[in-house]
Order: sequence, then structure tokens, then C-alpha cells
Amino acid sequence: MAAEREVKLLGLWASPFVIRAKIALALKGVEYEYFEETFGNKSELLLKSNPVYKKVPVLIHNGKPICESLIIVQYIDDVWSGVGPSIIPSDPFDAAMVRFWSHYVDDKWFASYYEVVKGETREAKIDASREAMAVLQPLEEAFEKQSKGKHFFGGETIGFLDIALGSCLVWIKAAEKITGLEFFDKLPNLSAWAECFWAHDVVKAVMPEVDAVVDFAKKIQAKFNSPPPPTTN
Amino acid sequence: MAGEKGVVLLDFWVSPFGQRVRIALQEKCVEYEYKEQDLANKSELLLKYNPVHKKIPVLVHDGKPVCESLVIVQYIDEFWSHKSPLLPSDPYCRANARFWADFIDKKIYDCGTRLWKLKGEGKEEAKKEMIEALKLLEGELGEKKYFGGESFGFVDVALVPFVSWFYAYETCGNFSVEKECPKIVAWGKRCMERESVSKTLEDPKKVYEFVLVLKKRFGVE
Repeated sequence: MAAEREVKLLGLWASPFVIRAKIALALKGVEYEYFEETFGNKSELLLKSNPVYKKVPVLIHNGKPICESLIIVQYIDDVWSGVGPSIIPSDPFDAAMVRFWSHYVDDKWFASYYEVVKGETREAKIDASREAMAVLQPLEEAFEKQSKGKHFFGGETIGFLDIALGSCLVWIKAAEKITGLEFFDKLPNLSAWAECFWAHDVVKAVMPEVDAVVDFAKKIQAKFNSPPPPTTN
Repeated sequence: MAGEKGVVLLDFWVSPFGQRVRIALQEKCVEYEYKEQDLANKSELLLKYNPVHKKIPVLVHDGKPVCESLVIVQYIDEFWSHKSPLLPSDPYCRANARFWADFIDKKIYDCGTRLWKLKGEGKEEAKKEMIEALKLLEGELGEKKYFGGESFGFVDVALVPFVSWFYAYETCGNFSVEKECPKIVAWGKRCMERESVSKTLEDPKKVYEFVLVLKKRFGVE
């Protein structure tokens, strides 16, 4: 009988929340078994592992489930703390700053981005995109202080906030293809950061294809127009 | 204020989010200066230290601001790590504590606000969700003394300020938390035996009076 894999990840390929978990696992070099959920048809394992929200991602470690993407990322950092780069800074104030900004992404970004996906015409999507870009402005301003002159919010290496925001990049690139807009047009810090993040080996290995996300966005646009939006977390 | 030493808390007397921070600071025996904020007329200080959200609580430690109540509580726990740990050391237990604190953030305040703000179906829906959320929390508490087990922890800090709002929720929603979730009420009473909690929470009747003021302001009967 084959030994049960220690680490399992339940996910949906296009979900930025799932991408966060994948990046964290890859940064720490953790081997895991991945289970792709069927969009709109939740598995027994998912319902059993996340009875409160019934959403992906769920990390199952030695049979115990951990839910909510940012909590999963912190868990991975805690468990594999001696391996690879630290995801959460060790200084309490720096840690508070990345938690604050990551929470900002969860609080403000996704709501504004959903409007982009929901927009029924190209014009509606463009209007919504401009709103979404405005949400990124405070992060543009925060970048210098957070990065301390380096390439990532985490400094030399990808950290918690890079993961929280960077996981959204494939959807930003999808929106750029659909609208013809450049999201980081007036955001030079974020533009440079996005280029570095997108080029990182770990990120390249886990990000889905932008064109595939464009197709997926078109498919789910209709679903988003009836509340509540089917979110993954 | 940069370069100034010490701990300052920008807060609002009845805010459950601010109370989380006050409780955490007291559990850690940290001395601080409390600065009551006028939320209808926000101070330069508040706008300077929380330009993104312009909300309380804001903890200013040696001139550096930390915002968002659960972020602040984790900061307090990490900086003053030598005393009364709020988050457990085991990674799985930490993740579990963060999960339930986040659940409280997503559900309790929002349901509570809808309970006093809405009427008819909206109110009933909010009541149903509030009771469901409290029951889930009761399940997580189980037979434990606190959510943190034997020690008062992160989830306890996250939830306990809302205990003083139960009376307001019950009165607006016409239900009884004790009937629905007796273990939560018993837990609340145990928490009130702690000085950090009893000295911080407002009298439930005062909280209800405050809700009545809000209802008037929003034109809700």
C-alpha cells in the first residue's frame, strides 16, 4: 500500500488564492499532492476539509486541514521555517507592515477587480480597471519603504506581500489583454516589481497561462453578474 | 511624533476593535497613552497615522504606526513576546487561531451592524447568520476554558469585546444569545473575571444606548 502523501493541496488552477499557496510551497521546496477541484462541483474532500467556507485553497498536512490562503502561507512559513527564504519578516514591525498590506489586498483589490471581470462591455471593463488601478496606488507608494531599495516588497527575496499581490498578476495581465489598458502605466514601482516577480523561477513554474485565464474570465463573466460572486479564497 | 518614545493608542471608547488592542496591551502589562478620537471629525494625528483607512485603532509605537486590530494584536504579541503569549507556538494551532479570529472579523461585526441597521427580511437574515456564526464559534470552543485552551489567547481577544454588544444585538434582533449559545455566554463571563477584560469592556446597556444613537443618526426606527 502506497504511503499517504504528507502534504496535499486542494485548488482551482486559475485561483489567485491557490497560486499563493503554490508559490509558498515552491519557495520552501515542499513536495505535495495537488487535487484540482471542478469549478461549480465541490468534492467531498473539500466539503469535509473546509466545512465553514467550502472554498479552495485547502492545505492538508498530515491529515489536518488549513484554510484561507494567507493563513496557509503563514503556516507553510512556520512549519518549514528553517528551509528556504523567510516569508514573514522576523522583525515584528516589518511583519505588521506586510500583514497590513496583504490584508489591504484582500480587502480592497479583489472587490474592485471583480467589477472588471463582471463588466459586460469593453467600456465597462475599462472603467472598472481604472478604479482597480486606483486601489493599487497606496501599494505603489508603500513599495519604496517596504522593499528598502530592493526588487521585491520582501527585499532581496519574495516575501508575504509579494505573494499576496503577485498571485493576482496573471489576472491583471488577463485584464490588460481584454481591455488594452496597462494596469501599471502610472505605477512605475509596481511595474518594475511585477516584471521581477513574473520572471522569478518559482513564479514561472506555478503561474497559469494568461490566455487560458482570459478564456476562463469570459466563461465566468455571466456567473459574476448574479450575486453572490462565486469566490475562491 | 517620529523619534518619540512610548506607546500611544488612537481609539474610540466603544469600538470592539480598539478594545481588542487595549486588552492585549493590558495582558502584556504594557503602559500606553490612550487618545480618544472624534470619528465625526478626524484628527490630523489619525489621518497622518492611518492615511489608507482613516480608522481606529492605530497603535503608535516609538513614532511608528500599526493599523488593523488583529495586525496590531499580533504585533503586540510578537514585540512583547516574553509575557502571556496570545498566539500558540505550535504552527497548526497558530493557523487555527488565525482562522477563527479572521472568521470573527468576517462575520460578527457585519452581522451585528446589519441587525441594528436593517428591518424585516434583512434583519432576519442577519440574525440567522449571527446565530450560525456564534454556534460555529461555540463548536470551536467546546469544553475548553478559553478558545486558547487553558490560557487566554488570540481568538479570545478577537471575540470578547463583542460580548458587550450581545445585549444590543439581542434587543435589536429579538433573540437570546444565552438560549442559542450558552457556552459562549459562560465563556464571556469567565473572560470578564480577567481584569484586562472587565476594565476594558463597556456596560452592555451603554453599548445599546450608543446603538440607539447610531440608529437615530441613520434614520432607522
